Amino acid sequence: MNGTIALPGESKAAAARIGKWRLGDPLFKWLTLAMALVVVALIVIIGFVLFHWSALARHKFGWGFLVSSEWNPVEDRYGALPFIYGTLVSSFLALVIAVPLSLATALFLTELAPRWLRQPLTVLIELLAAVPSVILGLWGIFVMVPWLRMHLFPALRSAFGFLPLFKGPLYGVCMLAGGIIVAIMILPIITSVSREILRSVPNLQREAAYALGATRWEAIRVAVLSHARKGLFGAVILGLGRALGETMAVTMVIGNRPEIALSLFAPGYTMASVIANEFAEATTDVYLHALFEIGLVLLGVTLIVNALARILMNAMAGANVTRRA
Amino acid sequence: MTTATIEKSVPRKRLAINSPAITAPAASRLEALTPSDWALDVRDLSVYFGTNRVLKDVSLQVRNRSVTAIIGPSGCGKSTFLRAMNRMHDLVPEARVTGAVRLFGSSIYGPEADAVAVRRRVGMVFQKSNPFPTLSIVDNVKVGPRLGGVRQRSVLDERAERSLRLAALWDEVKDRLNAPAVSLSGGQQQRLCIARALAVEPEVLLMDEPASALDPIATARIEELILNLKKDLTIVIVTHNLQQAARISDYTAFFYLGELVEYDTTSKIFTGPARQKTEDYVTGRFG
Repeated sequence: MNGTIALPGESKAAAARIGKWRLGDPLFKWLTLAMALVVVALIVIIGFVLFHWSALARHKFGWGFLVSSEWNPVEDRYGALPFIYGTLVSSFLALVIAVPLSLATALFLTELAPRWLRQPLTVLIELLAAVPSVILGLWGIFVMVPWLRMHLFPALRSAFGFLPLFKGPLYGVCMLAGGIIVAIMILPIITSVSREILRSVPNLQREAAYALGATRWEAIRVAVLSHARKGLFGAVILGLGRALGETMAVTMVIGNRPEIALSLFAPGYTMASVIANEFAEATTDVYLHALFEIGLVLLGVTLIVNALARILMNAMAGANVTRRA
Repeated sequence: MTTATIEKSVPRKRLAINSPAITAPAASRLEALTPSDWALDVRDLSVYFGTNRVLKDVSLQVRNRSVTAIIGPSGCGKSTFLRAMNRMHDLVPEARVTGAVRLFGSSIYGPEADAVAVRRRVGMVFQKSNPFPTLSIVDNVKVGPRLGGVRQRSVLDERAERSLRLAALWDEVKDRLNAPAVSLSGGQQQRLCIARALAVEPEVLLMDEPASALDPIATARIEELILNLKKDLTIVIVTHNLQQAARISDYTAFFYLGELVEYDTTSKIFTGPARQKTEDYVTGRFG
């Protein structure tokens, strides 16, 4: 190749090999760029398809689709609000339940558990992630929901019944059951990502805290948690992303009633569930387009929530520098 | 000099610390010391990692308000010894410590001793500076007192300023106390770590090669700082840099292969050591 400097004694073959590598680098760069563009293109295409196929519903209902609670296939009138509400509330419940559990588990695995216990426990948690969603749903319907209705829900109602959140009849299938099943589903991902984050905290940080006379908990708080804060937040966002789109298991236990009820014991519906449940029976074009529009909203909500969380994460990481230990 | 000659000049059995051949001359040169002068009194200290015995029956006394340097080639047990002084080995599951260490007369490994309390009396500065990256400069210094239960703002502020002054960092950071600790230069970060350790008001400060990652100017500042600090507290410093040990320490202990070979005043160690091995090391023939 022109431009290749042939050193004295260097063979032609070696020079050719260098020449090839010079060709290889840009080739590799363009190849990886193309792959990355494919991912971007996929998102754009998915968004476009959802947009295109929801045209009828968008024209018929306009922005009112987002704030209407009506879901009436007979009269062909649709609104997405109960589904948006259901998705957000069940995901939020799932986070409230799963985050403390996951962080505690990850802390136990990295900081406290004896070494022989760490590996088996980690494997078990990752096994939980391998359980198919529909199997978890079956277990949810036939084991978890009856148990909740018989034991946990009555206890909650008698303890916190004065709050509107815990009022009303107990059907078993309800928003809270949906939140719990989603929590179980996002637990493994939050735990294993958090575990990796905690493991990446340099030991020197822990030693710094211990050398100042920190107890174990204080060392975790001062050296480990503050160091890992941003990463742990990222783990939670990852879990939230999963929770928002979770479909099968939650469909099986949430009750599938398109209503906005304050009580967590009342049935709800999520965006993912309504699409999965009703696309086969969407007999009119408007009905089908309404389902597509719900898909569009779900995509939008997921992107917005992720973006907000990311902004929050960066703000937190920046502002907390001056916060005390 | 080959290993064979070293072995010949210093027969191995004479290295054993309990043999009178070593303790006697050391004692005679440190004869001014009485137990009340001792900040640390180490007896027959051994440290094991699993079945590997890294430190072998080390006995030495560290004088109060002095600088004691620990020298020796890599892997000789210097850091292991140092970390036994504030029970850092407790954090390593496979580490085991035998023997006795007394801090101003009270045993730090005894049944009634508390590792957390020991570490508040015996501070530590590490080879690599390790400020808490999410905290500001001043909050890094306040962590120790806060962990110790100090809540009052004025006390914390006063303690932070005093520690930063002691660590010769105050003038450089007083206008940006709330800036992130990681915005400081490497040498400043290490002095911040010293300030952080001082804020706990320890009686002994352990330093594990505190200047090994710093440039000569930053190193000189740390050394000057150490000489100032010994008025108030006892310093034990591990160093790879023999000139540094000669410059700043009052006493020097030479470790080799996990054993204490010789312990004496620094001038004696560097000008007329009793052991051939010590002389070979301080004159740069091995290590």
